[in-house]
Amino acid sequence: MSGSPAPPTATLEQLSGWGRTAPAMTLVDRIATSGSLESLFRTQQSGLIARGLGRSYGDAAQCSGGLTVDATGLGRIGDIDPVTETVSVGGGVSLHRLIRHVVPAGWFVPVTPGTRYVSVGGAIAADVHGKNHHQDGSFARHVTELTLATPTGTYTVSAAHDPDLFWATAGGMGLTGIVVSATLRLRKIETSWIRAFSQRFARLEELMVAMEETDARHRYSVAWLDCTRRIGDDVRSVLTWGDHAPSDALPPCLQSRRLEAPKDPKLAFHRPPPVRMVNRLTAQVLNEGWFRASSAKQERIQPIGAFLHPLDGVAGWNVLYGPSGFVQYQFVVAAERGDVLEWAVGSILESRVPSFLAVLKRFGPGTPGPLSFAQAGWTLALDFPVGPPALPALLDRLDERIAAAGGRVYLAKDSRLRPDVFRTMYPRAEDFAAVRRRVDPEGRITSDLERRLDIPR
Amino acid sequence: MIDAFGRPQSVVVLGGTSEIARAILSRLAKDGSVRTLVLAARRPEEVDVATLFDVQPPTRLASVRFDASEGETADLVVARCFEHAVEPVDLVIMAVGDLGTPEVDESDPRRVNQMMTVNATWPAAALSSVATRLRAQGRGRMVVLSSVAGYRVRRANFVYGAGKAGLDAFAIGLGEALRGSGVSVHVVRPGFVSTKMTEGLPAAPFAVDADRVADDIVRGMARDHAVIWSPGILRWVFGALRLLPQSIWRRLPG
Repeated sequence: MSGSPAPPTATLEQLSGWGRTAPAMTLVDRIATSGSLESLFRTQQSGLIARGLGRSYGDAAQCSGGLTVDATGLGRIGDIDPVTETVSVGGGVSLHRLIRHVVPAGWFVPVTPGTRYVSVGGAIAADVHGKNHHQDGSFARHVTELTLATPTGTYTVSAAHDPDLFWATAGGMGLTGIVVSATLRLRKIETSWIRAFSQRFARLEELMVAMEETDARHRYSVAWLDCTRRIGDDVRSVLTWGDHAPSDALPPCLQSRRLEAPKDPKLAFHRPPPVRMVNRLTAQVLNEGWFRASSAKQERIQPIGAFLHPLDGVAGWNVLYGPSGFVQYQFVVAAERGDVLEWAVGSILESRVPSFLAVLKRFGPGTPGPLSFAQAGWTLALDFPVGPPALPALLDRLDERIAAAGGRVYLAKDSRLRPDVFRTMYPRAEDFAAVRRRVDPEGRITSDLERRLDIPR
Repeated sequence: MIDAFGRPQSVVVLGGTSEIARAILSRLAKDGSVRTLVLAARRPEEVDVATLFDVQPPTRLASVRFDASEGETADLVVARCFEHAVEPVDLVIMAVGDLGTPEVDESDPRRVNQMMTVNATWPAAALSSVATRLRAQGRGRMVVLSSVAGYRVRRANFVYGAGKAGLDAFAIGLGEALRGSGVSVHVVRPGFVSTKMTEGLPAAPFAVDADRVADDIVRGMARDHAVIWSPGILRWVFGALRLLPQSIWRRLPG
């Protein structure tokens, strides 16, 4: 990690992921052109990794003692091609900017995670998924082509041309190179509104049955579970599903706002409060409120942002977890392993560790990416404040059972998985290593996540 | 790499025969996160790692022989430890120390020299060497075993106390110097610890065992405390004792 001069424009900064745990001191260099990337790879001998908007929760986009390349300067948005229904964008473009750019023209991004504040490069590197995964798959499915800067040169690849490098990059956590630009397939929309439905459930099993039914008929679907306590002897939940609303579904008062892009958040937090806001009590109160706010069965018209990105209404919400930060835990198990899901929910409840938000979703088939997370089955995402002494061992226990059931955890959210468990969860890591050795034979590209999980190369 | 819960993957122990260091390692062994362990000890053959890591032993294990009474070897020993670790070092435990034999040491200039070297000079030089390396890594932690004996020095063991006082002051200053570098220093001030080092000595009030000290250290690290007292109440007890006039302090038993 030493022996090479720092790029002249680099500054020494302390960085961490969205969960604000395990910070790193790293040189940060902001690049704006692919040309500057090539010279960076030529001159930089120590390790480096790309970073977009810093929304991965753990240590994926930081390189302690090395260089973190801020790629948000790769911000070009090309013209929408109405024939191929695609747009070419720089790797540093945020989905927020892209959505604001394409929605007024009647287009939408094919896949968006629970926040719009991710870069296109980051979305590819984590092969993110959205509430439509059961119908549309993950982000990389809709990337028709991408240009990747690597230490051995800049390549333009697709699922047809050099599929090994393309799919290793999809979900490869930035370890194959830096996404300079990508061409995305867009979705035509009549309105920027969602016709949304929600329904309450008192039993987990009923919810799971209902999810299988609604998923076949609706583009977006997700369920919220109350993992703070049992009601009766089961957990309660609210299932939400929806579709892009056609023009004729909008009430007259909304017709003039037919294609309205989501706005910037009005409320923002910059500093952690002196005390941790998330504890068992506040988690229970919030979950109770959430449950009551959704009536037994309801239909409504919602702005696209409110439906798909509810947390984007508050900028910097991550600081509310206080100075110690928080961890996200998201896993997937095969559809027939609902027993593991039920066991996991039971274990979390028994541990009495507060989880502020628990989200359940059914995935459709995954991609060929060796490190791509999503695969057909049940996925549960939870967040926990760092602090409860029982938490590390609880998550280690979940890991082992999930790995044994052929499941895996999401690397973009991970900040505490063990290397041996990683290898069980991602058995194709050696395929990934072969691609890395080809494009990065000297092992220049590395991150704290890569070193912590001992991701092979 | 340290994970979100502060669990280290690679650990260097300087003073590998220390019972407190062993107790810390057995805590870490339970987490199963440690995969690299380098032990520097005066007699490495006396360190039985297998019994500590019975479930999941580190995949990379090395030992380094050294003698802390040779003050100028510190940098070399640290360099060797980091070479053996290969990967970035997450946690360095500084557990070098010698209680000595107070009534003999205090009137023997050679012994005083040796005691100051083992308890202060060698560890301070080694910490400085460690700090340079961790700073280059961009992250890392140091745990420095100090003692309440150095917080207010007593007549009964002032040679040991003076050494620990020097190391304690150095480590606190080093922690300040490393602020904002991603590297942290945790200074541990245990009270009377029942170990083989203190065998035969009358136990002082608030005596603890090595396991308790290890628990306090692990908890203190998780909370990012720069100074970790063990037991925690000593923070207040010694905060008060430090203010006593010398005329009263010297009359206190123990």
